[in-house]
Parts: sequence; structure tokens; C-alpha cells
Amino acid sequence: MDSPGVSGSLRNQLALTLIGGAAVLALLLFFAVRSYAVQVAQQGQNNILEASVTSMLDAAAIRDGRIELDLPYAAFSMLATPADDRVFYAILQDGVHLSGYEDLAFSQGATGGNLMFEIGEMRGGAVQKISASRTLIGANNRTEVQIVLAQTQDALSETLDQISRNAALLGLGFFGLAAALSFWATSATIGQLGKLTSSVTRRGPQDLSPFTKPVPREMAPLVTSLNSLMGRLDQSLSRSEDFIAEAAHRVRTPLATVRSYAEATLQRVDKEENREAMRSMVKAIDESSRAAGQLLDHAMITFRADHLEREEIDLVVVARELVLRLTPIADMKDLSLTLRGDPHVPYSGDLVLIQNAVRNLIDNAMKYSPAEGAIEVAVALHPRPQIRVCDRGPGFPTDEIEALTTRFRRGANAANTIGSGLGLTIAREVAQAHGGQIELANQEGGGACVTLSF
Amino acid sequence: MRYLIVLVLVCLGSTGWAQNWEDRQVFNDTDAATTLRIISSTDTDLFAPLIDTFVARNPDIAIEYLVTGTADIDLRFRNTPEAFDIAISSAMDLQLKLVNDGYALPLENVAHLPWAEWRQSLFAFTSEPAAIVINRAAFDGMAIPQSRQELIEALRARPDVFRNRVGTYDVRQSGLGYLFATQDARASETFWRLMEVMGGLDVRLYCCSGDMIDDLTDGTIAVAYNVLGSYAEARAESQSTLEIILPSDFPTTMMRTAFVSRATKKPQTAAQFIQFLVSYQSSPVDGAGLLPLLSEKENGAERRAIALEPALMTFLDRLKRNKFLSEWESALIQK
Amino acid sequence: MKFLLVEDNRDLANAIVSRMEMSGHVIDHAKKLEDASGFVATGEYDLILLDIMLPDGDGRAFLQQHRASDFDTPVIILTARSQVSDRIGSLDLGADDYVTKPFDHAELEARCRAVLRRRAGNTKTAIEIGGIMFDPVAGNLIVRGKAVTLRNRELRLLELFLNAPGQIFSKSKLADRLFSYDDDVSENAIEVYIGRLRKHLQPSTLSITTLRGLGYRLDLDG
Repeated sequence: MDSPGVSGSLRNQLALTLIGGAAVLALLLFFAVRSYAVQVAQQGQNNILEASVTSMLDAAAIRDGRIELDLPYAAFSMLATPADDRVFYAILQDGVHLSGYEDLAFSQGATGGNLMFEIGEMRGGAVQKISASRTLIGANNRTEVQIVLAQTQDALSETLDQISRNAALLGLGFFGLAAALSFWATSATIGQLGKLTSSVTRRGPQDLSPFTKPVPREMAPLVTSLNSLMGRLDQSLSRSEDFIAEAAHRVRTPLATVRSYAEATLQRVDKEENREAMRSMVKAIDESSRAAGQLLDHAMITFRADHLEREEIDLVVVARELVLRLTPIADMKDLSLTLRGDPHVPYSGDLVLIQNAVRNLIDNAMKYSPAEGAIEVAVALHPRPQIRVCDRGPGFPTDEIEALTTRFRRGANAANTIGSGLGLTIAREVAQAHGGQIELANQEGGGACVTLSF
Repeated sequence: MRYLIVLVLVCLGSTGWAQNWEDRQVFNDTDAATTLRIISSTDTDLFAPLIDTFVARNPDIAIEYLVTGTADIDLRFRNTPEAFDIAISSAMDLQLKLVNDGYALPLENVAHLPWAEWRQSLFAFTSEPAAIVINRAAFDGMAIPQSRQELIEALRARPDVFRNRVGTYDVRQSGLGYLFATQDARASETFWRLMEVMGGLDVRLYCCSGDMIDDLTDGTIAVAYNVLGSYAEARAESQSTLEIILPSDFPTTMMRTAFVSRATKKPQTAAQFIQFLVSYQSSPVDGAGLLPLLSEKENGAERRAIALEPALMTFLDRLKRNKFLSEWESALIQK
Repeated sequence: MKFLLVEDNRDLANAIVSRMEMSGHVIDHAKKLEDASGFVATGEYDLILLDIMLPDGDGRAFLQQHRASDFDTPVIILTARSQVSDRIGSLDLGADDYVTKPFDHAELEARCRAVLRRRAGNTKTAIEIGGIMFDPVAGNLIVRGKAVTLRNRELRLLELFLNAPGQIFSKSKLADRLFSYDDDVSENAIEVYIGRLRKHLQPSTLSITTLRGLGYRLDLDG
């Protein structure tokens, strides 16, 4: 059977979408955590810088009209970090440098008791800078002490690196978990399709009844369509079978009438040339009805071969019934029809097809047998279940044995025998449909043997 | 301040300042390919065994060892950082400020204890407590003071014996003296009372440990305060006459530090020396040198050294320094 | 023998009826199932020939219905269908045999004979004449008290002659009755069978006379 064209995979598509979503979420998580951490860490540094600069400003006092600033040890001590960040500061009075780093600029926005944070550059390193001021009131003057404090951000970036690593691990963990969940969810979802598929596959060829097992809502339309398709298929199949049967009926009934008339006429006329004409007519009718029958049989077999209706049968019983059925015809020709072989040959096969095949073989044997000849049907279990039909006729032309089972071929020595040549073809196709084969051979001492093995 | 430095430079430069070292010695002079120039405040004889070991292991490296005071190291280094490969000093505050100001080269490959390094640039390699050193003769039959408070009492008890016979650093000249004084002042008010007592006894002020110990040994002074015990111990002839006291009330322990100049042309060789220095000083080995080892403990007791942190820069602030020095002067120089 | 033919095709039915009468049987013809039920109810039949596709229903349903009510007359189905399963179905429903249209009348007669032989264990169908006792159904021939084994063609030849004593049968007519149309029959073959039959009948008063150029005739007291 043809495989359907495959475009993409639902499972992959679903899994990719879910995993892609998880990846995007994991990235978002990573960036969100990281940016929050940056804020928190920066805020932490700013708080310490502010505390430090405040303690420095608090230490400022006016003495004898001059600013004195007794720098608290703790002001710098609290700035110690695990990464040993560098610290810079400058103390100014009304914009005039008093102490500390002269190259550290006070931010003018911080005058008048304001605070101001800036990012700057100091001695080859990026720094976070705070500028703050405080107005001091002396006995007869006002003055403003201004302080700039700057700190490098090594500890901050170390902390951030660590948080980034943790956030990345968190994101990865989240992603891993989400991916696993995606796979699970995908399998669970696709599993429903798989269940439906195996339930369709498990069905017998004739089982076209609708599916009634509950399925997830999303699959209900599919099952509904499937059921309606099977309903139509069922109808169309029984129509096909009816059609074949009807065709046979339509062809055969008039043929039967004509044949009967021809035969009756043959009884009445005496003139030899008229009789000969009648005989030819009967012969032609037999040939065409046989051909029609075999064509229809063949159509039926082709129709059934795709979906064998296997059942447990005994090949011996099948052969016996056929022998019984055909004995009256064999008797008419004074042929003996005998059955021998194993007492029971059980096999699981399509009864209709096997009967048809064997009947064709016996028909052939009867056709080619000489008067008062013997036809032998043998059923054997070993090496494989098989039915052999042998006659005492002329046998197969040795050079044609291979080609004989091809459709519509007849042996060269069958010129005078009615038959469409389909018998062996039917037998072969039935054998092949069962995974078996057909074997043609000539007997020693004359006669043909056809072995149907399964 | 910048103008002042320039002025000093001009003066010193014109008077052959470049050759004006306390000591200068070249190790492994003959067959070395590379010469490391080290500026240091540590006396050559204390450092020589370590350098000898280093050049013995690295015959292709020569070392030019230049000795000067701690304040001088700071001054010279700030002016010509490219002239030196390594700076070694006992003035932790000045060293830390040099590093903070960006004069040092971070050495990623040097492994060291976290509390003994700063910015992977400044490496401590000794632990040296400030000590009270006395001439035993002055305390013959008397109880030997074990703390600052006991010293105050001893000095007050016999002012006639100790008048003009007490010595300490002139913190205006000595970087190490200033470091010890400021750390003492942070720790306890006792320091100021001791200074006042010493001021009342016409204290003698010294620029350097060596001079102070010389005077102590020959009996010129009876008590030296805040001297490096290591220097005193190094004097074999002092053993019988001097006694080194580590004050029991609170310790002040200094760490000698070294860093590589950012302007060095031989960063790898300099780093190699620093690595050797810290490992040599960290774990006691046979035939260890004369320098005290780097240690967290002293005689089994926890003795945390002065921390390497930005707070060391506090007392280097000009306003703060001026205020401290004026207090110090008013306490010690009582006219 | 009394037969009932249930067949809606008039031409085919006429042909079957005339052929059966020629063979010495009595045969009633029903065109549909309704008529057939009437015939079955009023008359005793030895055999029923039943078509499947009839204007007023399926012959198989008719058969099933009658089999259900103790109706045991042998039935041969006439079918135009080819599917083997159809045939099996017919047998399962109680038919004794079936013939596929178009059929050789000789085959139909052979099947009738086979069915009757199987079913008629107690029926007496033998004829006694001229010192022989002949049962065409059972295929038995007893000549002067001595059983003779007849081959099928010899039996049919004897039956043919006995149905029309004194009638002249040409060689070709006999051949047409004894052989199927696809057999390659020489006139010598007829002479062989005539010869065999003469030998069997020797002890009796029956004789087969050769009429040169015309054929053969059975004489009852030759």
C-alpha cells in the first residue's frame, strides 16, 4: 500500500513549540532576575556610599572660621568589599579643593544639601560616584562643605556575575524541566492519536463499524469523519460485491436460456450440419460463460486479496467438500476423483479464496484428464500446509511451465479445451495472497501436478 | 600639594637626590640577564637571605635593592613609577594608597591569603607587632611593665630616671611611626595619656627604628615605644641588654607589603619574585630568613594585623593628618 | 420422478421442462415463490429445483422458511451468482446441491441423480423389463438375478434407451448426450459403449440393434 505523503511531524511541531516557548520564558526569566539583581546590587552600593558620605559630612565643623573635617575611620571602613574596591574622595569648601583627590569633580547638582549619584571614570576604572554637600553656619559666615565619594564596581560586577550564573542555572533548570514536561505532554497528546491508529490497524478487513470509544474533544471531528468515511466505504464495498454478483446474474441467466434452447434444439434436429452449428454454439456459450465466471471470480479475489478474511480451517475438510461436490461431474466423464493425505491440516486462511483456487485446479484436471482417468487430490501438513492436484492428462509443456500461471495464458496443447486460462492465475494469486506459492510439475508416466502451498 | 611635591623634587633633583639612598646593593650582579629594581624600607641585612635564596634559584635574575624611608618611597614612587619594578614598605597606609591610586599591577597568578592581599596587587609578607623595648638596666629590680597603662605608671613613678630617656618615632617624618600612632589612637585613649606623659618627660623623637635601638642599646634612652621588635631582635649584641615587650592591652601589628609597579617592563619576573616572597614568608622552611613570617597568630594568641582596607587612607587625608599632628604635637612637645 | 421447478425466466424454465420430460420425468413449473408454496402444499415432489432471484423474494429465504417446518424434500439451487460464499450459504440453509447457470443439462441430471441417490434410501425407483431390474437413481442393474456394475456413461446410455424403446438414436445424438461439448469424441467411442452395454444385456431379452447409417435402437424382445 502507498504511504501517505508526510509533511512535518505533529509531535515535533508540538514539542518544538513548547520547548521554544520554554526557552523564551527561560531567557525572560534570566534577564528579569539579572536586571532585578543589578538594581538591587546598585542600590546596595548606593546606600553604603550615601551612609559613608553622610558620616563624612557629619564630621565637618567650623572652628575659628575654618572648616575642620575629622574624617571618621568608619567612613572608608564601611566601603571595604570582598573584591577590594578602590575608593576615591574629595573634600571641597564652596568649590575650593581642601583634601583628597583633586581630579575627582564635584557634581554641581549636589550643592545646597543635595545628593547626586553619577557614573564616572577614575584612574582607569569605572566608578559609582556620589556628591553631597552640607551647609555649615559659623559665627558670622555661611559656608558649604562638599564631598565627592567614588568607588569602583568590582565587587558589584562579581556579585552580578555570580547572580547571572545562578540566574542562568535557574533558567537552564527551568528550561530542562519545561522541556521534560513538553516531551511528556507531547507524548501524552500524540499517544491519543497512536491509540486511535492502533485501534484502526487492529480491525479486521470487514469491520467497518464506527468507533465508539471516547476520545479527547479535539479528536472527535477526526473520528466523526473517519466513521462517516467508513460508513460510505462499507456501502460502496457492499455495492461492489452486489455489483459483481448482479453482473454475473445478468450475464449468466440469458446464457443459460440460450444454452438450454440450443441443447433442446440439438435433440430435435437431425441434419448433421445443423447439429454441428448447434454444438459450436453450445461450446461458445460454455466458453464465454466460463470466461465470465472466472473473470468475476478473479475480480472477487483481487478485491479480497488486500484484506484476507482469515479463519481457522481444515484444508482436508475444504478438499473433501470440493471432491464431493465435483464427483457427479467427474462421474459423467467416468473419471475417478480421490482424496488422500493427512487426516487434519489446520490452517488459518481465507476459506472463500482457497475453495475457489482448489476448485479451479480440479476443474482444470478434469478438463485435461483422458476418459476413465484418475484424478488425485492430496492434502499434506509438511513441510508446509499444501494441497496437490494431479491428473493423468498430457501434462504441461515443459517449456511453458513458468509462463503458464500468467493471466490468460493457456498451454499449447489445450487448443480443444474450454477455459479462459484464468484458473492457474487465480490459484497463484490466492497462494500469494496467503504468502504461499504455486508449483507446476509433470508426473513421471504422464500427467500434471499442481501444488498449492501456503 | 602637587606644587609642594614639584618643589621638593626640584630641590632634591638638583642636589643629586637620585644617588641619595640609605643603602644600595646589587645581588647576582655578574651573570644575570634581567635586573629587578626594588625600592624598600627594610634594611638590606634583614632582606638579604631571602634575596640570596631567590637569585640562587633564578641565576638569570639580578636584583638591585634600594633602601630608603617609607615616606620617601611614597614620594619617589609617585614621581617615577617606571624607575622601580617592586615597592616594599612597612607603611601599609601609603602602600595601600599607591595601589588605590592605580600604581600597582594586579598579579592574577599569585595565590595568597585573602586577608593578606588587596586587589590582588598588594601582598603582605610579614606580621610585625609594635613593641615597647626597654633597657634592662633602667628597670633593675623593678617590675617590667607589660602594657601601656603599666608603662605610664612606671614612667610617672620615676620621672627623674626617665627624663629625656624615652624615645619614640617622630610621626611627622616616619611613615611607619605615623601608622602605629594613628592605629594606637584609634584603639584607645591610653595612647594620648602615654603621649602626654612622654611629652612631660622630654621625649626624644627618631626618624627610624635603627637609631632608636642604637640609643637604647648604649643606654642613651631607657624606653622605646612602638619600635619594631624584629629590628631589636636582629641585633645580636642587644640580646642581653634589651627586653622586647608586646603590650598586653591591645596589639598593633603591622604587615610589610609589596607590589609590582604598573609601569614595570618585567611584569613576569616581578610577579615571579612576589610569588617567591609570599610563599617564602608564609610557610616556615629550614633556614628561613631574618624577617618575621606572615602569621595570623602571635605566641598562640589571636593577633589580627592592621587590616588592608581603604580605611587606611583615612589618616592620610590632609585635614585629618593636620588635625592629628597638631594634637600629637600639643601632647608630646610641651614647650 | 416428480420435480418442481421454481424459475422466473420463462425461456429457461421451458427449456428445463422439455429436457426433463424428454428424460421421462414429471415436472411442475412455478414462476414465483407464492406459486411454489402452493405447489409444495398440494403435491409430493421428489426434488425441487429452486432459483434464487425471484420476483417476489429470495429463494434462500423460502428454503430456510420451509426447512424450519419439517420440509425435507431435496432441493437443488439454480444460481447465477459466482461467489463461493453464496454457494456455501445455500448449502448451510438446507440445500442439497447447487448448479451454476448456465449449466450443462447433463450436469444438472447428474446432480439430481446424485442427490436422489443420497436421499432416497427407501424409495423404490427400479424398473423391471425383459429380465433386467434397473434402478437409474441408485445406478443398479441386475440381469437375470446377477448384479452388474455399470460405468456412468453405460448407465446413462441404458437409461436413454429404456426411456424410449424402439426409438432410433443416431451416433451423434448419443454422443451429445454422453459427452460434454468440449470432449473430443470419435464415433468409435460410441461403438465402444454400445458394445459394452450389449455385453451386459446379453443374458436378457433386451438387445441393441444397429441400423446402418441411422443409428441404434433398443428392442425389448430381441
